[in-house]
Amino acid sequence: MKTAVIVFPGSNCDRDIAVALEQVTGVKPAMVWHGETELPQGLGLIALPGGFSYGDYLRCGAIAARSPVVRAVVEAAERGVPVLGICNGFQVLTETGLLPGALMRNEGLDFVCRDVPLTVDNSQSIFTSAYQAGEEILIPVAHHDGNYFADPETLDRIEGEGRVAFRYGANVNGSARSIAGVLNKAGNVLGMMPHPERRIEAAHGGDDGRRLFEGLLEAVA
Amino acid sequence: MKLRIVVTLKNGVLDPQGKAIQHALAGLGFDGVDDVRAGKIFELDVAEGTSDDAIDQMCRKLLANTVIENYRVERA
Repeated sequence: MKTAVIVFPGSNCDRDIAVALEQVTGVKPAMVWHGETELPQGLGLIALPGGFSYGDYLRCGAIAARSPVVRAVVEAAERGVPVLGICNGFQVLTETGLLPGALMRNEGLDFVCRDVPLTVDNSQSIFTSAYQAGEEILIPVAHHDGNYFADPETLDRIEGEGRVAFRYGANVNGSARSIAGVLNKAGNVLGMMPHPERRIEAAHGGDDGRRLFEGLLEAVA
Repeated sequence: MKLRIVVTLKNGVLDPQGKAIQHALAGLGFDGVDDVRAGKIFELDVAEGTSDDAIDQMCRKLLANTVIENYRVERA
């Protein structure tokens, strides 16, 4: 499966996700700089990595969401290409409007950096098919602005449509209804604050994150 | 033409930064501060004749995230 990792000035998890994708797919991802206007053809996944794109200026992910390459990512997502945004990538996806809601400053104001239990809410998506519904997994988070917000009608709608992929098993940031990861309506776009790419082998203390990529590979390839 | 664009959080959106500022004011001995909401101000110098619609689009497309924020435009 061909994959691409979008790299913004200030991204800092681009290498982590590239290593995870190469380990699972066996193919080095294309690293695509933010100023590009076109993406490689035939991609099975576009990943938006964690970090602090454009220094978190204005709002986290706001400037990246208006960069040339992200216009191409939005077009690809609308054509059905799988897109995964992790941490800052999730913030970028909400800023583009591909995903509902917004990510605000953590409720406790602290930067939270630790392993957190997540519950798999929807195991039917291309991103979560290797998990069991209701399964608890352990994935690290590292963020300052991960407090998921959407108005109650939107929350009811995404819950009703099965679009909550993951929920926190502990209150780490004040997110509405403990939402840690959200799918778009078509199910080909996932945004999540936790970092599955940081937990893909025994040396990381576990490989709960690896199955996300393995499941995706099986679902897409 | 000088513009001042004020972006504030919508009612009902929790503002942890505002809360922290409120607590800091209380810590300095200022009593009776019931609420603090933090926001942003942008000062723009735009060409004369820039349409209201263009200004509104600037706010909607970039300066404010209308999921969580309101904006208002003040003309100097």
